[in-house]
Amino acid sequence: MNIHEYQAKELFDRFGVPSPKGRVAVSPKEAYDAARWLAINNLVVKAQIHAGGRGKGIFKNGYKGGVHLVKSPEAAREVASQMLGEVLVTKQTGAAGRLVRKVMIGESVTIRRELYLAILMDRQSCQPVIIVSTEGGMDIEEVAARTPEKIIREFVNPLAGLQAYQVRKLCHNLGLQTTARQFGRLLHALYKLFIDCDCTMVEINPVVETDDDHVYALDAKFNFDDNSLYRHPEISAMRDTEEEDPREVAAAAHALNYIGLDGNIACLVNGAGLAMATMDIIKHHGGDPANFLDVGGGASKEQVTAAFNIILGDPNVKGIFINIFGGIMDCNIVAEGVVAAVLETGLKLPLVVRLEGNNAEAGKATLAASGLNIVSAAGMDDGARKIVAALA
Amino acid sequence: MAILIDEHTKVLVQGITGSFGARHTRLSLEYGTQIVGGITPTKGGQLFDGAVPIFDTVSDAVQQTGATASAIFVPPAFAADAILEAADAGVALIVCITEGIPVMDMMRVKAMLTGSKSRLVGPNCPGLVTPGHGDKSHGGCRIGISPGYIHKRGNVGVVSRSGTLTYEAVWQLTQLGYGQSTCVGIGGDPINGTSHLDVLRMFNEDPETEAIILIGEIGGNAEVEAARWAKEHCTKPIAGFIAGATAPAGRRMGHAGAIVGGEEDTAQAKKSILTECGIAVAETPGVMAQTLLDRWGK
Repeated sequence: MNIHEYQAKELFDRFGVPSPKGRVAVSPKEAYDAARWLAINNLVVKAQIHAGGRGKGIFKNGYKGGVHLVKSPEAAREVASQMLGEVLVTKQTGAAGRLVRKVMIGESVTIRRELYLAILMDRQSCQPVIIVSTEGGMDIEEVAARTPEKIIREFVNPLAGLQAYQVRKLCHNLGLQTTARQFGRLLHALYKLFIDCDCTMVEINPVVETDDDHVYALDAKFNFDDNSLYRHPEISAMRDTEEEDPREVAAAAHALNYIGLDGNIACLVNGAGLAMATMDIIKHHGGDPANFLDVGGGASKEQVTAAFNIILGDPNVKGIFINIFGGIMDCNIVAEGVVAAVLETGLKLPLVVRLEGNNAEAGKATLAASGLNIVSAAGMDDGARKIVAALA
Repeated sequence: MAILIDEHTKVLVQGITGSFGARHTRLSLEYGTQIVGGITPTKGGQLFDGAVPIFDTVSDAVQQTGATASAIFVPPAFAADAILEAADAGVALIVCITEGIPVMDMMRVKAMLTGSKSRLVGPNCPGLVTPGHGDKSHGGCRIGISPGYIHKRGNVGVVSRSGTLTYEAVWQLTQLGYGQSTCVGIGGDPINGTSHLDVLRMFNEDPETEAIILIGEIGGNAEVEAARWAKEHCTKPIAGFIAGATAPAGRRMGHAGAIVGGEEDTAQAKKSILTECGIAVAETPGVMAQTLLDRWGK
């Protein structure tokens, strides 16, 4: 789950990670009021979207840049009016861009130096890892490619936590002197935030040293472990479903795992590995999958029907392949759900169903008895070939 | 011989009275598994289905039954604790089926299991099966949620991150007349107890296993690590399949661990490395078993 910059600032404030003053605004008037409240002359207006590259982005209305420096509340209001309600396209948003609904009015600080700081869960060592670099304010992947020695990693023992000597070591390796203490405090606070909020990633690029020896987190990217949101209701509440694919939002509401793609053959499968493999085999036989959809093991008839409806909500879909190997899943429940959904939606598109495993015979019988135009497949390969052929 | 479990293994079920645990305990018992006890705190002293004793603690259960394995069917918020309880009670093989455990819980569990005599398989896994010799492989040991009837006792070891994709491979083998020694589902989470490499080492040592199917997916480097070891040390033919060639970058594809991190954990990158290491990579999931048979020379 991702969050906006202004929400990241709320978390920073809560955990004591220093960041420049700022306030969110949803209208030009609010932008003006926020600027007045800040009562300083050097301000920055930043579009709030779940993607980076805002500074170099371009709005579809022609306005250039999702980040602007301004010197007055009037200017803040003017910039906000150019951004709010407009679509910003950056390197990371894709051509469709993102609609900007909020902006953040913040204090603009004088930057002496930019650093990079991130904390991630490292899969291989199964530990949190802190990553720092003197090359802040740049694309870290380029730094990793060109000057890998400038990327410094420090692994943290998950049971012992971050130790003071580790923080001193990192500050020393970054060449910090007057700001070492402040950076150290920022790092301790950020690590606590990372652990307490069950993050999978926090990236601050840049952490800035200002002319007057302050250290601030200037921008932040967060990712939270979806599995732990149940124990963080206040973070769950930060979810902005308008930044997500509406099909995926609908699926999540029914506890289904759905990811929309660009193709025209929809899939409905039980189990993530089999679902990925189903997309792969469709592609192999010359088709183009429209989605990933894992109905999981315990899906009820209602969830199957809901899944069907979400699939059919995609106008690109020209055919459907249902591939079920029942372990937990009961094939007859799938069959009943499919029959109900076909009748409810009056489906006219080609539909191929492959059922195997738990109660498969009953499932096949239910489909046959329905009298509906449903093509049965003997195996996964057979099913993929049949659905691709049906669209040809 | 098989690996880790056989028809004599005594198994406990943590969460036996929950609907998920109960259903699969029944299916395992039908299959012939030696389920000798269950654990549900506060229900100690009762009987499950009039036959299986229920205990309040894993420790009690181990002392009274001599069980050496436990299946965990406990909800995500309590599953890490259940794993630690089983390890503390000295259970040698802990199989955690639960999907949805917070990553940091598993990070801490893994750190706490360092040096332990317990082996954890999972979480978020379908479990293990060593098929029996009876009709539809009845009489074996089934820990977890795999459908029993698709198996057949034989000489192919199967190791996989996925549940249903594993059943696909197993069913293909069985239909072609080739059975399995043991099938191990290691699960779809990014931090887990047992890796592909761990299982490959065991299959390599197991006299009953003559050939191996390895199933992986995008995300992480577990398959590559296993392949590189296999190139130097594995004496048996291996066929592999990596799911997720069509998965978009940066998205979590169902499994918490199925997310492309960079260039090296895409399906294509893994397939290339597996091939370089001498593993026969199946072009499609429909031919996993056939790919093995071809490599095996059958």
